[in-house]
Amino acid sequence: MSILVIAEHDNKALNGATLNVVAAAQKIGGDITVLVAGSGAQAVADQAAQVAGVSKVLLADNAAYANQLAENVAALVAQVGTGYSHILAASTSNGKNVLPRAAALLDVSMISDIIAVESPTTFKRPIYAGNAIATVESSESIVLATVRGTAFDPVATTGGSATVEAVSDVQDAGISKFISEEIVKSERPELTAARIVVSGGRGVGSGENYHKILDPLADKLGAAQGASRAAVDAGFVPNDMQVGQTGKIVAPDLYIAVGISGAIQHLAGMKDSKVIVAINKDEEAPINAVADYWLVGDLNTVVPQLASQL
Amino acid sequence: MKALVAVKRVVDANVKVRVKPDNSGVDLTNVKMSINPFCEIAVEEAVRLKEKGTVSEILVVSIGPKEAQEQIRSAMALGADRGILVEIADEIGALEVAKILKGIVEQEKPELILLGKQAIDDDSNQVGQMLGALLGAGQGTFASIVNVTGDKVQVTREVDGGLQTVELNLPAIITTDLRLNEPRYAALPNIMKARKKPLDVKSPADYGVAATTKLKTVKVEPPAERKAGVQVKSVDELVAKLKNEAKVI
Repeated sequence: MSILVIAEHDNKALNGATLNVVAAAQKIGGDITVLVAGSGAQAVADQAAQVAGVSKVLLADNAAYANQLAENVAALVAQVGTGYSHILAASTSNGKNVLPRAAALLDVSMISDIIAVESPTTFKRPIYAGNAIATVESSESIVLATVRGTAFDPVATTGGSATVEAVSDVQDAGISKFISEEIVKSERPELTAARIVVSGGRGVGSGENYHKILDPLADKLGAAQGASRAAVDAGFVPNDMQVGQTGKIVAPDLYIAVGISGAIQHLAGMKDSKVIVAINKDEEAPINAVADYWLVGDLNTVVPQLASQL
Repeated sequence: MKALVAVKRVVDANVKVRVKPDNSGVDLTNVKMSINPFCEIAVEEAVRLKEKGTVSEILVVSIGPKEAQEQIRSAMALGADRGILVEIADEIGALEVAKILKGIVEQEKPELILLGKQAIDDDSNQVGQMLGALLGAGQGTFASIVNVTGDKVQVTREVDGGLQTVELNLPAIITTDLRLNEPRYAALPNIMKARKKPLDVKSPADYGVAATTKLKTVKVEPPAERKAGVQVKSVDELVAKLKNEAKVI
């Protein structure tokens, strides 16, 4: 078995999501190679070489890969990936963008968002917003899958001593161009990797109130902040904070849901959290059914009180 | 220009699905079915582009059972001009769906191809990207803003850290995110008119594609149930429980 893992990075640092994918690759078993496609990404390759369990790093360093355009990166993955038994990527917006395209170029089916490895060809994945778990077996010549990070404990960032090899192959399809990006800057831990997440829903009332009520609590706990789709659509917070089926999937040790009713689409994004706390004025809210502890009350008084007691 | 929109018939987003006792799948008998919400957003975007004069004709395609005609008619009631149903008996793989769509694109030559970013039943998020690869066309996935200018389209995409804008040559594939637009409701006269719009029925074989998949669903199970929680009466009690019982703070 030989496994190719597509590194997730920003040309400067390796994203933690890659460590979860390497963990999934170890469950499959075999030689693990990490492909770093980027521009000026030597530092990322060096970091990847240190990661426990990685035996080789391939660095494709070219301007064509600078912004991870799927048209170019997928062509590279399809080119480099032919000799491998498995190709894995993280279930991030980037992994989801690139891997299906690479699969079609290789003329193979692909499995999205695996949460467990049953055998090298059999995997579990959630369907219907996490309301059912399917066990899927692939009979393709190469198994391609994206990996749900929260389902696999990350491997260590150190302990490995892989060799870094340059890939000279340049795939530039010339049909797409990067124009700009707007990345939300935050001092808080990254949402999908945080140990504690404090999330707000429609119940917080406004963007101003979201920050007034939830910032002090998140600060006290060193928590990342999330939101329900209702809060995002109402414009309280930007959409990269959305937790749910169509947003981010989180599984922290502690998830505090404030003013969130708990629609199934939201639950799909957080119900694997270790401990769930719901603070809501509605005794009948569906969130209470998955919560370990729920408190019925006015979030405007309860949340500041909670923050002051921590 | 011509726009092609792919729509999928799926279980309605508000239905709480149940796994069949024999673990062969999810029980869909007598369950309400609808257009996949992301596909509906794709239809709406095509209709808005037609209202702006960018798009001249909207072709809506569904690959599914005979009953998927209902979803094509719903898309027509929202403003699509004609439809193609590729009738299949069982679920097929995303790769095969992309191959059928490629066959249709090659015949119809649309310049804009709009799909939802994922179907809410299999949650795969694959077909648009696969179709892009098969056609050698650019892909603007998870789109929240679409701007067509000349022979290019600028797409603002929802990515993990925020937003990213890319420019693609036409023809291009766009997959829609929730915030792209808010789909309209179909008015009754439009529903009546939709019944008279042309709808062709085809089979995968018409496009030289075998309706199959190399992924076998071995079993489908309900997710592990969380054990029932407790209601706490006060903030003091909550803090005590989190510290002493759950030990997470």
